[in-house]
Amino acid sequence: MIPVEFDYAAPATVQEAVALLAEHGDDAKVLAGGQSLLPVLRMRLNAPGVVVDISGIEELKGITDEGDAIRIGAGATYQDVLDSPLVSEHLRLLHQAVSEVADPQIRHRGTLCGALAHADPAGDVGAPVLALDGRMVIRGTAGERTVGAEEFFVDIFETAIGDGELLTAVVIPKHTGWGSHYAKFVRVSHQWAIVGVAAAVRAEGGTIAEAKVGLTNMGSRPLRAAAVEQALAGQPATEEALGAICARVGEGTDPPSDLNGQADYRRHVAGVLARRAVLAAAGG
Amino acid sequence: MTRISVRVDGVTYSDEVEPRTLLVHYLRESLGKTGTVVGCDTSNCGACTVHLDGRSVKSCNVLAVQADGHEVTTIEGLADGETLTPLQEAFRDCHALQCGYCTPGMIMQATDLLRENPSPDEAYVRQHMEGNLCRCTGYHNIVKAVLQAAGATATGGEQA
Repeated sequence: MIPVEFDYAAPATVQEAVALLAEHGDDAKVLAGGQSLLPVLRMRLNAPGVVVDISGIEELKGITDEGDAIRIGAGATYQDVLDSPLVSEHLRLLHQAVSEVADPQIRHRGTLCGALAHADPAGDVGAPVLALDGRMVIRGTAGERTVGAEEFFVDIFETAIGDGELLTAVVIPKHTGWGSHYAKFVRVSHQWAIVGVAAAVRAEGGTIAEAKVGLTNMGSRPLRAAAVEQALAGQPATEEALGAICARVGEGTDPPSDLNGQADYRRHVAGVLARRAVLAAAGG
Repeated sequence: MTRISVRVDGVTYSDEVEPRTLLVHYLRESLGKTGTVVGCDTSNCGACTVHLDGRSVKSCNVLAVQADGHEVTTIEGLADGETLTPLQEAFRDCHALQCGYCTPGMIMQATDLLRENPSPDEAYVRQHMEGNLCRCTGYHNIVKAVLQAAGATATGGEQA
């Protein structure tokens, strides 16, 4: 199908982009890589009057070292993330999850920040960014603010980004030396996760000192498994010790029921994936 | 309407397009590059794959205006006259097509794959072709062709 007609603007600066977004409010949509937006436009699920293409804005490009964190600009594609030595060294969990997103063609074009702003609960990048305590940098005409991932993800396709605001970057604390694993369950390799579990573990001599666990598609937004994280701390990195704790990862969640599985099935799968992800992250 | 200037298969074109025009429609309908096909129109099947600035993309999932100032290579821009690329030769030699509809996209994606990794193993090929569907399900010969082309490329490299 062909999208409904829209006006197209390609601002050269963030300031211009934000001014356009402020002028057009919810009649405007931001286009970065377009890999989520174009299907939505083509299927006419949304028909914005104005599309603001931010892909030409130089200041949004790049992945930079900020000392204790890595900053990934809104112009950085998934492929840029995969190719970044900074991400490979300090954010391995993110690297693993991004390598599972869709297929190579989509990863060449789609952006990490675009996916975060799109906030599809079945998308692969929300859970690792949440688990790694990522912070979103949001610019409006009034200035810049930073929002933690827990507050950023509000509901399905809904974030803390307001009308007239632009997500300009995600800043993620370095997790250098942490073990990590993203376990994704799908029927077709390039599709959205039926369930995914993102785990990062700081191990000390065969014991889990600290664990961070994020869940994909286990609710209307990415979830953090805080109770399981606490229970894992201090445990030996063995299947016996971790299995029972991880099996409870779905407790209290409200995942969707659809053709790919009922909610109780997803809670079961989440437990299995959590065990695998945490064990792999802990080097077990 | 928005004016765009795009280099496609080595030739620069300047055109007025509606912003909603998909790159694949611009290639086929404005430039007559019908070698690139529309398959699923949902960005799943990869039949419309072209290269944008040297990397594979699904041209049904890119607006023509997004290609403004950039370089596109389609399946029609690979061969040098009558001389096929080693990958195109391998597709022919390995019978890596049945109905042929997915072939342009398969070859464009596999060309990208081999540029990224000139010596892939079978698992790498299968993983990096995940965004291309063959409804005849002729995947085995497609993978075989990509691996054969990799061998040919490697041998050519050694001889050079």
